[in-house]
Amino acid sequence: MTTEAYIYEAIRTPRGKGKGGALHSVKPISLVTGLIDELRRRFPDMDEDRISDLILGVVSPVGDQGADIARTAVLAAKMPDTVGGFQLNRFCASGLEAVNLAAQKVRSGWDELVIAGGVESMSRVPMGSDGGAWAMDPQTAYDTYFVPQGIGADLIATIEGFTRDDVDAYAVQSQDRAAAAWSGGYFAKSVVPVTDQNGLVILDQDEHMRPGTTTESLGKLKPAFEGVAAMGGFDDVALQKYHWVEKIHHVHTGGNSSGIVDGAALVVVGSEDAGKSMGMTPRARVVATATSGADTTIMLTGPTPASKKVLAAAGLTVDDIDLFELNEAFASVVLRYQKDLKIPGEKLNVNGGAIAMGHPLGATGAMITGTVLDELERRNGRYALITLCIGGGMGVATIIERV
Amino acid sequence: MSENMIEWDQDADGIVTLTMNDPGQSANTMNETYKNSMGATVDRLEAEKDSVTGVVVTSAKKTFFAGGDLKNMVKATKDDAAQVFEEVQLIKSQLRRLETLGKPVVAAINGAALGGGLEIALATHHRIVADVPGVQLGLPEVSLGLLPGGGGVTRITRMMGIQNGFMSVLSQGTRFRVAKAKELGLVDEVVGSVEELVPAAKAWIKANPEGGVAPWDVKGYKIPGGTPSNPKLAQILPAFPSNLRKQIKGANMPAPLAILAAAVEGSQVDFDNASTIESRYFTSLVTGQVSKNMIQAFFFDLQAINAGKSRPDGYDKTQFSKVAVLGAGMMGAGIAYVCAKAGIDVVLKDVELASAEKGKAYSEAIEAKALSRGKTTQEKSDALLARIHPTADPKDVEGADLVIEAVFESQDLKHKVFQEIEDLVAPDALLGSNTSTLPITGLATGVKRQEDFIGIHFFSPVDKMPLVEIIRGEKTSDAALAKAFDLVQAIKKTPIVVNDSRGFFTSRVIGTFINEAIAMLGEGVEPSSIEQAGLQAGYPAPPLQLSDELTLTLMQKIRKETYDAVVAAGGTPPEDPAGAVIDKMVDEFERPSKAKGAGFYEYVDGKRAGLWSGLREAFESGTADIPFEDLKERMLFIEAIETQKCFDEGVLNTTADANIGSIFGIGFPAWTGGVHQYIVGYEAADGTVGKEAFVARAEELAKQYGERFTPPQSLR
Repeated sequence: MTTEAYIYEAIRTPRGKGKGGALHSVKPISLVTGLIDELRRRFPDMDEDRISDLILGVVSPVGDQGADIARTAVLAAKMPDTVGGFQLNRFCASGLEAVNLAAQKVRSGWDELVIAGGVESMSRVPMGSDGGAWAMDPQTAYDTYFVPQGIGADLIATIEGFTRDDVDAYAVQSQDRAAAAWSGGYFAKSVVPVTDQNGLVILDQDEHMRPGTTTESLGKLKPAFEGVAAMGGFDDVALQKYHWVEKIHHVHTGGNSSGIVDGAALVVVGSEDAGKSMGMTPRARVVATATSGADTTIMLTGPTPASKKVLAAAGLTVDDIDLFELNEAFASVVLRYQKDLKIPGEKLNVNGGAIAMGHPLGATGAMITGTVLDELERRNGRYALITLCIGGGMGVATIIERV
Repeated sequence: MSENMIEWDQDADGIVTLTMNDPGQSANTMNETYKNSMGATVDRLEAEKDSVTGVVVTSAKKTFFAGGDLKNMVKATKDDAAQVFEEVQLIKSQLRRLETLGKPVVAAINGAALGGGLEIALATHHRIVADVPGVQLGLPEVSLGLLPGGGGVTRITRMMGIQNGFMSVLSQGTRFRVAKAKELGLVDEVVGSVEELVPAAKAWIKANPEGGVAPWDVKGYKIPGGTPSNPKLAQILPAFPSNLRKQIKGANMPAPLAILAAAVEGSQVDFDNASTIESRYFTSLVTGQVSKNMIQAFFFDLQAINAGKSRPDGYDKTQFSKVAVLGAGMMGAGIAYVCAKAGIDVVLKDVELASAEKGKAYSEAIEAKALSRGKTTQEKSDALLARIHPTADPKDVEGADLVIEAVFESQDLKHKVFQEIEDLVAPDALLGSNTSTLPITGLATGVKRQEDFIGIHFFSPVDKMPLVEIIRGEKTSDAALAKAFDLVQAIKKTPIVVNDSRGFFTSRVIGTFINEAIAMLGEGVEPSSIEQAGLQAGYPAPPLQLSDELTLTLMQKIRKETYDAVVAAGGTPPEDPAGAVIDKMVDEFERPSKAKGAGFYEYVDGKRAGLWSGLREAFESGTADIPFEDLKERMLFIEAIETQKCFDEGVLNTTADANIGSIFGIGFPAWTGGVHQYIVGYEAADGTVGKEAFVARAEELAKQYGERFTPPQSLR
């Protein structure tokens, strides 16, 4: 008899925008401990001795975010010594992978309560700070046709025939939906203001949004990846693999790609018994999780096979899912995914996404778990599917059921 | 132990001069003798260290040191990996012992120091070179599909940094003149003569008694530009392999990547480990097939050709003093230039004086560019141009000892222009035609001295293309062939010698490549895939682009002539899957060429703007599901099979001519070592290598794509 894994809570910080943003002055560890404090406030009867692990996704786990920031956060938050800390890296899906792993631990019956999530202060620890053989080892990079992921996003648009107008229109929709969700108070339950040591609020809303963005204003932005493609010869690399494509059209800009931001998120995952005995009410059940992958050069098409896999594992179809939440890494990624699975637009990323609000790499997967759970509850829906495209071509997906 | 090729001479000051002088060869190479000698020499240096104050390394040969032992390397297979690795480790350990002897060691470079030669010099603490004719320095290993495995990658990287070392010295294999080598820091000091070398070396040793430490052995030494842990380098490092891919267009060229990898990986560890990493990559290249292919072509074949293997014996070398170039179009103009550059007086004749003058203007433009770039002097340039005499008057050819005809490709016209001048030129003048397709034997019937008539086929642009195809007609004499050979060498180009046939060797074989690509289009293959397949197979230009430049109308005409000739001779015309596509492009879509501004590509103001937007629809592109690897191999195989037919029909005489002719003349990929080496060095997907593997694969292709891939009997 398997133990079901339930989500009891999912909270996040607001997202601060880069170096000029409010969260640049905040240490990544403080982003995490602030959320742990909030969980203590929400669950005064939570028995921390029964928490087995804090699992945090971090994509650039060096410097301020290095040396297993999860265990460090456990210590900094003065949780019991018996609570483990585990930092993982599944690139952009790290936060969701943390949730999945927590669910698997609980569902196996070997752990009863796990806190999962992620943190990324992209303003302090820039992307790529951790090096790695994929991009830095010439032989590996050469043999695997490594290109930066923006080239992959532009390649998707080229192959699918998505024009600059198409991707900009999607970006405008993301901004509009995010603005509507904020003004409708849809994020109120999960967004926890970041405060300083004196309790003074540093940030209480997503900073990256640009309400009122139009396709006209976006149309003025310069393609973001044309320069790096020319400097690095990356279009040539991609076209050697995608040999039937004559030329890559660079349609992505800062305006229709995910924002570079700081933030953290935590999700409490536990067994039914654990919740009951600690006075916590389950909000959702983790139905199934899946990992898959696709070609590494185009890089961003992994959500489709991952979603198909997780649907099959759950015994569900696209029609059974009330809400799809795909991280808006780039507009073309969402448009391609929508096309692949034939998802109606009104079910997909209904409250906007990372194009408007930003993508704090290691945290995003946990963040959007909370976003879609809030919306599922608001709509009295049943199933939601969460997925992200991932560096190297991977895809991770999770299906949750509101309870 | 055999005798020591390194002479030991210690002077009263305790300085030992080591003079490399291999008794068995005209140049020093890294052969057994060298290894034994260098081993014994460093043993002795270490044993007598206390009485040694410094070391000078020099050579008694014309060159300083010629480099690796290619004869040996070309034999190494994957099974020999352990031995190759040990040998290269031994060579570099000896040099490392010299470098760390603790005494100042100076290289006194008296002649060319390329490859292993420069690596020996790099292992010393100070390099002095004599600025005398013939001295070149560099690490050209990459051009043979190898890497500098004698410490070259490791030391250049430490000396110049990853990026600079790779870009300026390692990746291109450039051979540097003395001044440039000094500027780059490859050498430290330049003297004016060989005699000054050893004294200068000794003077440096006396001035630097503590100079026996390499910079990278000084504590705290940092590689210029840093290692991948340096954020500045880390930011640009991912662009190195991608730019390399862009540059080599995805072709099968493992050496540049191996060099880059050895440089980057080596920068992250200590010297000895870096050196070992370098040896591992070196071993993988030496035991791989591509280096064997390239060594065969660019060393052995080229050497055989330059040594005159195809030149009849017993004829004195001819020096030409006056050439009559008939026809001042693009080819004639280029031929006039290269002849004038070689010091031959040129009469550039065309029907109208204005045309002849326009032909000369071509040379003027090249020279103006060379002057502006400092590649020539005003005096030299003026002299060169003064040698070209444009004219419309046939009498001006009087006394010419050489004629090169370069008029429109028509037998009648060619006959006519020869008749006009044949009694005016010197009575024994060599009569050459630059035809690229018309049989020489037929052309020769238009002159009285058929034995002096020969094909001298240049490639466009003449001043850049290194090859000349000499075509011997039925009646061409040995004496005429020898003369033509001498001419080609005089103008510093590489001659291959073939026998008469329609299209000779080069035009005939390149035609099959282009036709194969065009046939793919007709089958419904994506045009971009065809272009990529050509580039990734290693061709310098993608085939559809090349077709536009050659013009489809010309191809249509040649096809028709060939077809008619075969039918007239009672034969069955060959498969012609490209024909329908060419006809459609020319007759239906009226897109014949780049020159007409419309071909497979669109052109805006004469510049290629992208594939024609109607192309995919016209040929239902994307409907064929053909493995990409097959596209590449179809191009390579069809040329190789046509080459084999040239051997069978007696058009080709030597494999060296086939290999060099195909690479230098018609862009057959360099990594293959040429179109014949491609057959004997063919590496199948399962790793088997050789002619049998080629035949097996050709049969597969024949089954799949048509009988034109059926391997000729002579290959079985």
